[in-house]
Amino acid sequence: MSNVVMQTRIRLARNLKKYPFPLTLNTAGKEKVADEIITALKNCNSPLSKEFDVLYVKDLTEPQRISLVEQHLASPEFMSESGGRALILSKDKTMSIMINEEDHIRLQILYKDFNLEQAYDTADKLDTLLDENLDFAFDEKLGYLTQCPTNLGTGMRASVMLHLPALKSSKAINRIAGNLSKLGLTIRGAYGEGSEPEGAMYQLSNQVTLGISEKSAIENLKNIAEQLVSQELQAQKRMSESIETRDKICRSLGILKTAKLISCKEALELLSNVRFGINTGIIKDLEIETIDNLISEIQPATMMVNKNEQISPRDRDILRAEILNKKLNCSK
Amino acid sequence: MKCQKCNKNEANTHVKRVINGEFEEYHLCSQCAKEMGYSNVFSDFTSSFADDFSSLFGSFFENALPARTQATRCETCGTSYNDIASTGMMGCADCYDVFSDRILPTIRRIHGNTTHMGKNSPSYKKVEVEEKPVEKADDELSKLKAELDTAIKNQEFETAAVLRDRIKEKENENE
Repeated sequence: MSNVVMQTRIRLARNLKKYPFPLTLNTAGKEKVADEIITALKNCNSPLSKEFDVLYVKDLTEPQRISLVEQHLASPEFMSESGGRALILSKDKTMSIMINEEDHIRLQILYKDFNLEQAYDTADKLDTLLDENLDFAFDEKLGYLTQCPTNLGTGMRASVMLHLPALKSSKAINRIAGNLSKLGLTIRGAYGEGSEPEGAMYQLSNQVTLGISEKSAIENLKNIAEQLVSQELQAQKRMSESIETRDKICRSLGILKTAKLISCKEALELLSNVRFGINTGIIKDLEIETIDNLISEIQPATMMVNKNEQISPRDRDILRAEILNKKLNCSK
Repeated sequence: MKCQKCNKNEANTHVKRVINGEFEEYHLCSQCAKEMGYSNVFSDFTSSFADDFSSLFGSFFENALPARTQATRCETCGTSYNDIASTGMMGCADCYDVFSDRILPTIRRIHGNTTHMGKNSPSYKKVEVEEKPVEKADDELSKLKAELDTAIKNQEFETAAVLRDRIKEKENENE
């Protein structure tokens, strides 16, 4: 199960009652909001209040900003503007708060396994603690008031990142996507913006936030995710019996182990094939975790942040190949 | 023909809509049509064409209702309805109250209903406690919801879609 589900995320949108929403608020106002939220966090009795970093967007370099997006800790929109914006990040990176993105608060819990209930429980507790010190904009009928009416109500977006190589290659995913929208869910590529999700990684999340409780929305999402996982596993099993699939998987690993120049897009496709191979037992001497770590490690900005220097695209392709050669050749 | 929603007034509004390739058709009275956000898109044209021009092209906010509220700007943040229509974003929490007449049909279109069912903000003080005399309907609603869960579990997406629509209808009736 956890091999298909790569990540669980819960995000809550909240706003402070006494300030206008971020779009209407000037930079000085946003800075006040940020100060209030940071103070409230320090004063509340939450695990996050013990150990966290405050990253002001204006102080971050471009690669640092993009790397945080690559790690799913901030949105591209958040990093596109710096005035009054700050990111609160726990040391283990499982809890984060974007301050002054579309809403004053975008609280996020990010787990590397499939655990929606626990992720929501953690988010809920932190939300309640923050609420003790901050007066949130709330209406009995409309729920939590958000800048965009699409988030009204619970303000909750729950999502799981799924690796669906078999459903993608059989095109079954397109049919499934159409049906999901009828159930108030949506599925889209986790990386890449076009219609072709890179590395067959998908983000499945709830769309409707008003008129449905957090618990029901999560149950609904969990239900569908479990069905997708079981369909994917069946399809993987079927596909793995063909020599063509096994050939493709083993060649992919060969290229990753020996290539000297490799783009991020190509690397993600090949890593996806290898991941599929590990899942189906075609590749036996590698761990899924190694692949998942590589998927984030080889992202362009993350590589620059880890090296602490600007690297040209060509040199990145060289460095990426070196990282992949090294990690995949010294398997267990 | 009677209105399909209230079953009282004469239906004079014919609504056709296609969502995800599924065709739906309703016959409504003008009162119910307004409540469901299907008022005449052009009804405001004569009064303030220029002001509402942008809102006709706003993504969600295509001039849903003629102005019932006198407020042109939110006193708290200075946002006008046209600002909201052009950005799709509210100015502050009070805007939801100030522009509620115009915004509610839009909210209903986005979420399928307008009543919060989730967590209540712990710091929010309830002004009054109302008892809702809709117990029977609630029973029916929870039965439908259970059926929906089963349909989803069994991957009967078509049945699920029908059930979901019926739940929405019931919820709308309860409001």
